[in-house]
Amino acid sequence: MNYLLALLGGVVIGLGAATLHVLIGRVAGISGIAGRVLSSDPSERDWRSVFLIGLVFGGALMLFIAPGQFSTATSSPSTLRLILAGLLVGFGTRLSCGCTSGHGVCGISRFSPRSLIATLTFISAGAITVALAS
Amino acid sequence: MRLTSSFIAGTLFAIGLAIAGMTEPDNIIGFLDFFGDWKAELMFVMGGAVATLAVVKRLTASQRHPVFDVKFRIPTRRDVNPALLGGAAMFGIGWGLGGLCPGPAIASLATFEPDVLIFIAAMALGMTAHTKLERHLEKGN
Repeated sequence: MNYLLALLGGVVIGLGAATLHVLIGRVAGISGIAGRVLSSDPSERDWRSVFLIGLVFGGALMLFIAPGQFSTATSSPSTLRLILAGLLVGFGTRLSCGCTSGHGVCGISRFSPRSLIATLTFISAGAITVALAS
Repeated sequence: MRLTSSFIAGTLFAIGLAIAGMTEPDNIIGFLDFFGDWKAELMFVMGGAVATLAVVKRLTASQRHPVFDVKFRIPTRRDVNPALLGGAAMFGIGWGLGGLCPGPAIASLATFEPDVLIFIAAMALGMTAHTKLERHLEKGN
């Protein structure tokens, strides 16, 4: 892991979000796309489903090209811990209308104070959790 | 074209996440470990993504509508409320516990790692619980 790859990856993530914005005018917020893929407005289902398929496909492509980029945590979290993590991430991102992509990338890129505050909040909560729980 | 665009966007997004190493929980936990062995990479990932998106938006600012749709659908809310803060705090705790957030987890689905599958199943359950609760509260009002 180095800074150049991190920056390059960030640029490609930004291009993905920009593609969605410029071509179809939607926000690339993954929790919103995943959380609402089945539940709301049927006319919004199609692009959301296809975006998620692209996300899985892109991941599969990279798994083939660079399998070393995919690994599980060396701390091997217990099943219970993973379930708790997933529940909190799922419920929390829907409650606050966004995650790292929706608030952290898309929101901050349009200088939304709401997204900036959400991002600072989840990074702080994550830091406290890692400090206490690892 | 609308759907092709969305597929390409999702694919690019996942490629970026994998290049950046966001699909490795150790990198996330390392970034959040401010008081320990801190890894700064995630700041570069977010910085690169935010800057790229902001530049493309600036370059296309004169666009009246997206290329393949009639209007932009961009969130306009500006209020900071307890749901925003509480939800973000819950998300942060979960993020720190598992080292995974929604994008990297879904982009890692093809690994079929039990950790990833368990996390995604629980995340879907958490999202569904929120939707059900929201509907329940709406009915009550």
